[in-house]
Amino acid sequence: MGEQKGLTIQGNMATALGAKLSRPDVIPAYPITPSTLFPEKISEYIADGELDASMIRVESEHSAMSACIGASASGARACTASASQGIALMHEMLFIAAGMRLPIVMAVGNRALSAPINIWADHQDSISSRDSGWLQFYAEKNQEGLDLMILAFRIAEDERVLLPAMVGIDGFVLTHTVEGVKAPAQEDVDDFLPPYEPPHGKLDPEEPMTFGSLGTPEYYQELKYDQTQAMENTPEIIDEIFDEFEERFGREYNRITPYKCEDADIILLTMGSMSGTARAAVDEMREEGEKVGLAKLTVFRPFPGDLLKEIAGDADGLAVVDRNISPGFGGAVFAESAGTFINENRSPLMKNFIVGLGGREIFKRNFKEMYEKTKEAVEAGEVKKPVEWINMDEDVMR
Amino acid sequence: MMSENEEKELLASGHRMCAGCGEGTAMRAILKEAGPNSIATVATGCLEVTTTAYPQTAWEIPLIHAAFENAASVASGIEAALKQMDKKGETNILSFAGDGGTFDIGFQALSGMFERKHNVTHICLDNEAYMNTGIQRCSSTPYGASTTTSPSGKESIGEDRPKKPIARIAGAHDIPYAATATIAYIDDLKKKVNKALKADGPAFLHVFAPCPTGWRHGSDDTIELARLAVETGVFVLWEAEDGEICDIKITKKPKERKPVKEYLKKQRRFAHLTEEHIEKIQKEVDEKCEQYGF
Ligand SMILES: Cc1ncc(C[n+]2csc(CCOP(=O)(O)OP(=O)(O)O)c2C)c(N)n1
Ligand code: SF4
Ligand SMILES: [Mg+2]
Repeated sequence: MGEQKGLTIQGNMATALGAKLSRPDVIPAYPITPSTLFPEKISEYIADGELDASMIRVESEHSAMSACIGASASGARACTASASQGIALMHEMLFIAAGMRLPIVMAVGNRALSAPINIWADHQDSISSRDSGWLQFYAEKNQEGLDLMILAFRIAEDERVLLPAMVGIDGFVLTHTVEGVKAPAQEDVDDFLPPYEPPHGKLDPEEPMTFGSLGTPEYYQELKYDQTQAMENTPEIIDEIFDEFEERFGREYNRITPYKCEDADIILLTMGSMSGTARAAVDEMREEGEKVGLAKLTVFRPFPGDLLKEIAGDADGLAVVDRNISPGFGGAVFAESAGTFINENRSPLMKNFIVGLGGREIFKRNFKEMYEKTKEAVEAGEVKKPVEWINMDEDVMR
Repeated sequence: MMSENEEKELLASGHRMCAGCGEGTAMRAILKEAGPNSIATVATGCLEVTTTAYPQTAWEIPLIHAAFENAASVASGIEAALKQMDKKGETNILSFAGDGGTFDIGFQALSGMFERKHNVTHICLDNEAYMNTGIQRCSSTPYGASTTTSPSGKESIGEDRPKKPIARIAGAHDIPYAATATIAYIDDLKKKVNKALKADGPAFLHVFAPCPTGWRHGSDDTIELARLAVETGVFVLWEAEDGEICDIKITKKPKERKPVKEYLKKQRRFAHLTEEHIEKIQKEVDEKCEQYGF
């Protein structure tokens, strides 16, 4: 076991380093704020001879994902990075990557979608590709960004999985913020993540195969079922690989991580960088005697309903915090959480809080307000207003 | 011209193309010339849907279809992967798309692939409309053709714009090889495929491939129409090597150009044209041929 090197770096450098340690063969990428530093770092690694890979400076994100698909189908380990409009532009290709079962990895600098154009933290970009068939991981800190990149390759390439994966780090809050991280030694990553060998063949003149066939109504549904099964079998595999990672590198990962939840009456469910602030708010409220806990979502796809039930099934209230919005319903994490409990005999009352859109800051007091509002609903025994927007500026609204 | 791959049929029979489809004839010749050590991408379109219906495939070489607009980007990824993983240069990488997948929606990806100098040969199978979706006009559709989105009528001549000169635009990327070809001159087509694949860098081949369904001509007239297009000067066969797009070489010069009417009257997509319209088209073809020096 080599020594882990302490570094103080921005989030994009952490995901780029995670990618580099994973030894990708091909990295087609296109710059977009706030993830631009990723392709810049990769270019630098290649220029300095630290990474032996081919970087394709494509002319668009659509082509970035298309080239990832071509490279991955050829048996290469392929990755890219993007955000916001870039992910929207490659939307079509995300489904195709997953449908062809290509374990491509993408670092996402989570950012709002236009209009109005906005470059700041928001989960709308990756959340909007929820149904594309990609695994989705979200980091709380830069260390998680680094580790999750390595984990994403390992999980995506597992023969039982073979699905693409994205790793989200919040725009600016993480992408541009300097934090201390520990970088595993290359030989240990090599040991954890062996070279990629596509188990079911690749584009190879020695053994010709057709990828991306026409799937008529006689076959399409079964092929989609197969793909969906792969996703549904993934939780156990993720747990197994998270455990192995912890054993080797000493850092614990869970699909959902509970904090002070055992005796909690009300639990906050968060995702991404806001979880740090939420934890601090929970600590303060605990000191005041409130029975509140925090559940941090690291894996959004596949949605860890099994763990959510274990963690929050006995609570009175669940405050689901979403940094995204599906107009006409509410936040995506809320919809998934509500769906999780639909057939349970007992379910916590659920409230949804929309926060932090387009980089709006999220404060401890906001979490306290969410807690209070959820507590009120629990005490009243009913949820009058399921979805509420937090930290709105009355002056701007006027 | 003979080649070592002459015997091998790499597009198996039993695909679902219409009888007399020009794309089929073109593909057989192209794949024979390329040989088995090739990998292909194909854009969504007639060629793809008629040859890849799961669980069958007509392709005897590795093939990947991803979407409509990105055959050249997918090919870029394959080329980069093969280079990176040390299989230097022996495998031909072909990117196929229709005229829609080349002239219009696929143009950005194509331009990017050229500019980045990937060693990929992009072959456009031009049937002058979006055929797979039912004969809609495209920037490759010629002046006067009636399509489902440029129908002829009391107030309409049909398509009212000239065809985009795609091969010249492709050549203007300073790529080592750009050429036009058609299925009436198979030897010329194969020779050009060979040159394109041998070129050190990106190459572009514009293959004119009549479509009996979309052009509404007899399925036994396909080759004849491809020949007439060249003999009338409607489609000019040329090549430009080493990026010399200003110094193109005409590869088939008809001794005496036939009137365009002979070409037009065999296709019902032009059936509505009046003598006046035909004269106008003739004049435009004359001017173009003069530009090309004949
Ligand atoms: C993004 C996108 N837009 C539209 C389509 C629908 N579509 C599929 S094939 C096609 C036309 C193909 O035309 P062309 O490239 O000329 O090939 P052809 O079928 O004529 O050989 C269209 C419009 C699509 N598949 N994807
Ligand atoms: S519509 Fe035209 S191009 Fe398409 S298969 Fe039929 S003949 Fe060929
Ligand atoms: Mg066409």
